[in-house]
Amino acid sequence: MYLYEIRDILDAEVIAGKSRMDREVDFAFGADLMSDVLAFVNERTVLLTGLTSPQVIRTAEMMDLAAIIYVRGKRPDAASLELAEENGMTIMCTPYTLYTTSGILYNAGLKGIDELGVIK
Amino acid sequence: MSQDMVSLNYRVNAEDFAKAGDASSNTKKVLKKLGIPSDITRRAAVVTYEAEMNIIIHSNGGEIIVNIDTTKIQIIAKDYGPGIPDIDKAMEKGYSTASDHVREMGFGAGMGLPNMKRCSDEFKIESEMGKGTTVTSIIHIPN
Repeated sequence: MYLYEIRDILDAEVIAGKSRMDREVDFAFGADLMSDVLAFVNERTVLLTGLTSPQVIRTAEMMDLAAIIYVRGKRPDAASLELAEENGMTIMCTPYTLYTTSGILYNAGLKGIDELGVIK
Repeated sequence: MSQDMVSLNYRVNAEDFAKAGDASSNTKKVLKKLGIPSDITRRAAVVTYEAEMNIIIHSNGGEIIVNIDTTKIQIIAKDYGPGIPDIDKAMEKGYSTASDHVREMGFGAGMGLPNMKRCSDEFKIESEMGKGTTVTSIIHIPN
């Protein structure tokens, strides 16, 4: 699914990486635990989180993630945004909760990483 | 990639959350520049990042040394105490002694050391109470 499609179905505001909306992701992963992100995701995954600390951006950077979606109207701070721009990431904010955001994306065909068999 | 070994050394201070990730970010950039394959680079980035967070969260401060040659990446995370009382326990998935403050930042899930081991081809923890802990990870670079 393309990032611009995700933006549209989530009524999301893009606050970093506006020019890079034509990238494609295959999976989504929702978490506030960054070690779980480091353990399970691959670079074709979009991260859904409600956690706004700069460690989220750092974690995404380590995993080469293309995009982070902040749920429940959360917004990262200025330092996080700068870090995201530096690393070529797209940052979006959606008003929907994590559960609803996940449901909308799943309905639209974006799968979870479960089918990769990485969660044991 | 040149035949010479590249060696990186970062000082990591206890509870320096503002700089958390700097050492790993720099390491990752160097690995990319050296043309190391992206999956290998990612594994090394995870090991370095978890190690860096561990030193910041749990130790009295320490350093991270990364040695890169044509065949492998060696990551050594060394701290100046307090030491791990029970290494087997620390290696258990989900076991953590992190504070609420650390959990609020998204860490302290008890996945750090298991993550590091999973991303490594060789992995070793040595710890002495009162002295410190050294974690060594080696990731092979395929030809």
